[in-house]
Amino acid sequence: MNISGNDLILACSAIGAGLAVIAGIGPGVGQGIAAGYAANAVGRNPGAKSDIMSTMLLGQAVAETTGLYGLLVAMLLLFVKPLVG
Amino acid sequence: MNNAILMSGASDIDFMIHGLFSYEVFGQTCWITTTHVCVLIVMGFLIIFALIANRKMKKATDVPDGFQNVLELIVESLDGVVGGVMGKNSYKFVNYISTIFIFILMSNISGIFGLRPPTADYGVTLALGVITFGLIHVNQFRYNSLKSIWTDMCSPLPPWLPIWFPINLISEIAVPISLSLRLFANVLSGTVMMALVYGLLGWIATFWPAVLHVYFDLFSGAIQTYVFCMLTMTYINQQLGSE
Repeated sequence: MNISGNDLILACSAIGAGLAVIAGIGPGVGQGIAAGYAANAVGRNPGAKSDIMSTMLLGQAVAETTGLYGLLVAMLLLFVKPLVG
Repeated sequence: MNNAILMSGASDIDFMIHGLFSYEVFGQTCWITTTHVCVLIVMGFLIIFALIANRKMKKATDVPDGFQNVLELIVESLDGVVGGVMGKNSYKFVNYISTIFIFILMSNISGIFGLRPPTADYGVTLALGVITFGLIHVNQFRYNSLKSIWTDMCSPLPPWLPIWFPINLISEIAVPISLSLRLFANVLSGTVMMALVYGLLGWIATFWPAVLHVYFDLFSGAIQTYVFCMLTMTYINQQLGSE
């Protein structure tokens, strides 16, 4: 078995990409909480459903950002390969 | 050792930007890429749509019919969205916000028609974010005095103690970066997922990815368009409100 430096870096990049998308846990929890409270609010006041929906979607999209940063790091590691010399 | 090994069995996965032809400017090699072509296609579609709409509205009738109904629906709903956030200032910005809304929406949706969405290229979204940044600060200097801007930049502490100034400066600079990265990463993730589904499943992926297209292109694209415009309006409105 003959592993060159580049192969080792590629393998570690793949592991790092897998670790980077663990960042998806946070937005998942955050969006779930937002959706739960939105359902609660619609239950209390069904008349305000459209306002609640737009507020919820805006908050969820902002909360999603950190997960997307993790995804971007994974993409960079897999496809742009900045560490391979 | 290439990407095909990382995605085993996938030989025709393709979601990268391709250069079509290159030219030299001042010794730098510049490329015309697929993004340019897709932006031009989207722009051409929108321009033709606008010309047809203009011709239709020249002979508008009191009781709207068919196409005129659609146009009035688009304009009224965009007016409603902008007016809901910006209130009495909405007439200054409704044209710009509506323009980027329609452009981003068509760009995101263009994945359905087989184009590579232009917003899945960081060059496009960074430009949109920088325009928003420019609008925020032009309006900040137009509607606020220099003293109040300085007080705002040192905000948690009194203005004679600018310890927080660098931190506030960084948070101002982070606005266009986070705006553009959010849009870019959402559209890119949709594009990559669709490419993986088409590439990995081969002939099995003939009909059912339509569901994924509806989610990744239509739903996600529309939400991100709404969020981009909403945040742009909110940031601008913050500068207008503190007169």
